[in-house]
Amino acid sequence: MSRSLRVGSHLMLGALFALLPLAGCGTGSSPAAGSADAAQRVYVPPGQYDEFYMFTSGGFSGQLGVYGLPSGRLLKVLPVFSQNPENAYGYSEETKAMLNTSYGFIPWDDSHHPELSMTGGVPDGRWIFINGNNTPRIARIDLTDFQTAEIIEIPHSAGNHASPFVTENTEYTVAATRFSVPTPQADVPISSYKENFRGLLTFVKVDSASGRMNIAFQILMPGFNYDLSHSGKGPSHEWSFFTSYNSEEANTLLEVNASQADKDYIAAVHWTVAEQCVADGKARKIPAKYAHNVMDHETHVASTKMETSTTLLDAKDCAGVVYYLPTPKSPHGVDVDPSGELIVAGGKLASVIPVHSFSKMIKAIEDKAFEGEVGGVPVLKYEAIVAGEVADPGLGPLHTEFDGQGHAYTSMFLTSEITKWSLTDFKVIDKVPTYYSIGHLSIPGGDTRQPWGKYVIALNKITKDRYLPTGPELTQSAQLYDISGEKMQLLLDFPTIGEPHYAQTIPASILVDKQIRTYDLAENKDPYAALSEAQAGVTRNGRVVHVKLTSIRSHFVPDNIEGIQVGDSVYFHVTNLEQDWDVPHGFAITGLNNSELLIMPGETRTIVWVPERVGVLPFYCTDFCSALHQEMSGWVRVSPRGSSVPLWANVPGK
Amino acid sequence: MSRTARLLVALAALSMAIVYLQPLWHIGLVAPQYPEGLGLYIAVDKIVGEKKQDLNSINNLNHYIGMKVISPDDIPELQYMPKIMAGLIAMGLLTAALGKRKLLMAYAGVLLLFSLAGLADFYKWSYDYGHNLSPTAILKIPGMTYQPPLIGSKQLLNFHATSWPASGGWVLIAAVTIVSVLAVRAWRRPQAIPA
Repeated sequence: MSRSLRVGSHLMLGALFALLPLAGCGTGSSPAAGSADAAQRVYVPPGQYDEFYMFTSGGFSGQLGVYGLPSGRLLKVLPVFSQNPENAYGYSEETKAMLNTSYGFIPWDDSHHPELSMTGGVPDGRWIFINGNNTPRIARIDLTDFQTAEIIEIPHSAGNHASPFVTENTEYTVAATRFSVPTPQADVPISSYKENFRGLLTFVKVDSASGRMNIAFQILMPGFNYDLSHSGKGPSHEWSFFTSYNSEEANTLLEVNASQADKDYIAAVHWTVAEQCVADGKARKIPAKYAHNVMDHETHVASTKMETSTTLLDAKDCAGVVYYLPTPKSPHGVDVDPSGELIVAGGKLASVIPVHSFSKMIKAIEDKAFEGEVGGVPVLKYEAIVAGEVADPGLGPLHTEFDGQGHAYTSMFLTSEITKWSLTDFKVIDKVPTYYSIGHLSIPGGDTRQPWGKYVIALNKITKDRYLPTGPELTQSAQLYDISGEKMQLLLDFPTIGEPHYAQTIPASILVDKQIRTYDLAENKDPYAALSEAQAGVTRNGRVVHVKLTSIRSHFVPDNIEGIQVGDSVYFHVTNLEQDWDVPHGFAITGLNNSELLIMPGETRTIVWVPERVGVLPFYCTDFCSALHQEMSGWVRVSPRGSSVPLWANVPGK
Repeated sequence: MSRTARLLVALAALSMAIVYLQPLWHIGLVAPQYPEGLGLYIAVDKIVGEKKQDLNSINNLNHYIGMKVISPDDIPELQYMPKIMAGLIAMGLLTAALGKRKLLMAYAGVLLLFSLAGLADFYKWSYDYGHNLSPTAILKIPGMTYQPPLIGSKQLLNFHATSWPASGGWVLIAAVTIVSVLAVRAWRRPQAIPA
C-alpha cells in the first residue's frame, strides 16, 4: 500500500485519487514478465534484425528516437529540432537553415508525435513527420536516409500539440493551437481572453511526389485548447477530428477553471468542405511571417524562405466545415478505429471511455440534431452521436490504438494501466499494469486501416525504480507487451531518450530495402564540393578563407595549410570521397567552438572556424575510419593579422 | 560433318555472343568488416564492380598494400578482346556453313588455344597486380603477395578471395567443350562425316 501511495502522489489529481483504491496500480519492482519465455520472445540474436522499427518522439530533446522491436535496442537518435554536435546538424553551414524560424535561429524544440506518411490509410514508409510544440513547427524526415528534409513553421499558432497527424493519403498534415492566443497576435489584456483569443486548425498540404509541405488554409475557431487529433479513414476519409478542452475559456488556473464543464468538444472538421469554401473565396489572405526550411535534394544544402501570408477561413463563414461533438471531461486523445466508423475519445477526467459513431454523426448533421451553437459552430447532441461508452475502464483514459482484430487498447494515466476492450460490445477484456503512469501507447500500425498488431508499447511518464538509479534525473522508459493472445503480457522494459510521448511502429521490411548506403559522389552538387583531390585547395576573399578539403582513408588533402590569419573566418568544406558503406569521416580543429563535422561518404559538410591566436594547430578525423585513422590529420598555421605569409596548401599536382 | 554437328557448331558459335552481355569471370572478396562482400565482374570489354561502388572500394583498400589502381581504361585486352570474340564466332559460323571436317578440328584447336591463352593472360595480369607492389606501401608483410586465385578461393590477409567463371564464362566453357567433343568425334570416326 505504501507503494500505491507513492505512485498516487504523482497523480495529476494527487490527493483526491490517492484516496481511491487504485486498481491495478504499480507495485514497484513487481515481477516483470517473469518468465524465460518472455526473454526468448524479445531476444534478437547478434547480427539479426529486429522485426519492427519504432519511432518515438524525443520530447524536450527535440529529436526522434529510432528503436528496434521486439529487442528495444536504440538504433539512432535523429536530429530534427535540436542542434546535434555529434554530426553537426544545426551547426554546419549546410544544415543551419533547418532551424530558422520567424523568431530567429531556434536550436531546440519539444517534439511529441511522430506520424508516418500513409497511402490508402496504411503507412507507406516514405516519410515521417513530427511536430515542434513550443515554436509551432512540423518537420518531415526522409526515410531513405533518415535525415530531416523539411521544417515548416505554423504561424498564428501556439503550442502545436495536435500535430502532425496526416489524412489517409497524406493529403494533409495538421496543426492546431493548444494554447489559444489573440489571432492575429495583438497587445491585449489577458483578461480579454473570451473576446480576443482564438484557436486555429491548420491544414498543411503535402505534395504527393516530393513530400513538400505548404500551408493550405487555417481555420479560425473558438478560443478553446485544441489538444490532439486524428484523421478519418474509409467512410470518414474527408474528416479530421480534434479534441479540445477549456471550453470554459478560462485564462488563469486552468487546472481548476478548465475542468468545470461536464463536457468539452471534439471538433469534427470536414476538410473537403474547407477546400470548397477556400475555392469559393470565403477565406481571406492575412499577413503572416513564418520560416519554411528545405534541404535541397541535390546540393544537400538547406535554405530558408520567409513566407508572408496564409489563408484564413473563419469556421462561421463556411457552413458545414466544423461540428462540435460533446465529449465528457476535457478529452485528450481522439482515435479512429480501423474501419473509420468509431471515434474514441480519451476523456482524461472521465470515468468512462466515450465512443462516437461516424455514421450517427452524419445522420445527426442531416437531421440537424443540434443542442446549440458555440462561436458559430453547431454542437451535435451527445445522445445522437454516441455509439457507446466503455464502463469501468480504469481512470484517466488518454489514448487508444487498435489491433485490427476488433480490439481497442486504451492507456489509463491515473491507474497506470492498459485496458483492452471490445469494439463490438465495448466490454473490458483485460487490464495490465504499466510502470508507471502511461501516456501514449503504440501498436504497429495501431492508428491505421490495417494494424499489424502483435505488440503494444507503453510510453511511460514516470520511471522510478525500474532501472539502476542515475541520480535525480532518471532515464525515460517504454514497455513492450505481447497482445497476440487474449491476455496482454509484459515482455520487456527499455529506456528511451527524451520523453517518449507518442511512437509509431512499422515493419522493418517496409524500410530496410529503401536505405541509402552512400551518397553518390558523382551527384554531389554542393557548391563547395571537391570531387577529387585535385579539386581541393584554399582561396581567400578578404577576411574569409575557403578551404576545400577531401577525406579518404586515411588522409586529408590538403594536410598542410599556411597563410591563415588571426580573426579570419575559415570555412572548412570537407568532402568525403569514400563510396564505401559505413565509412564516414570526421573533422575537428583545436578551438572549434561550434561542433565537429561528421561527413557521410559522397557528402560535403562545412564548419566555420575563427582562429583567435597565433600558432600551428592540428586538425584530425574524429571518426575512427581505418587502420591508419590516427595518421589522418594535418596542421593549419595561423599567423598574426596582416602577416605576409602567403596563403598556401599542399595539394598534389598544384 | 553431319547436319546435327553443323547445327551444334553454329549454335555453340552463336551462344558465344553472350560474352557481349554477360561477364566472363567473377572475383569476390569477403572480410570481417565486409560481410556484404565486394566483387568484380570481368567482361570481354570491361571490369565493373559487383555493386556500383565496389571497384572504387577495392582500389581504395588496395592502396594500403600498395597494389596498382585497377583502371579498366588501361587494360588493352578489354579493347581487342571483343574483336577476337567476333572472329571466333565468325569462324564457328563458317565452319558450320562449309561443314568441313578439318575446319572443325582447326576451329576446336583455335578455341582451346584461345582459352588457354586467355587464362594465361588472366594469370599474368593478376600476378602483376598481386606482386608488383608499391615500395611505399603502408602495409608491408614480408613474403605476402596478393594475387587472387586463378580459380577457387584463397585467404589474403583479412579477405577471403574467390575466383570463378561467371555466367558468360560458363556459356563459353560449354561452347568450347561442345566444339571440342565434336572435333574429337570427327577425328576418331572420319568416315562418319562426309568430307
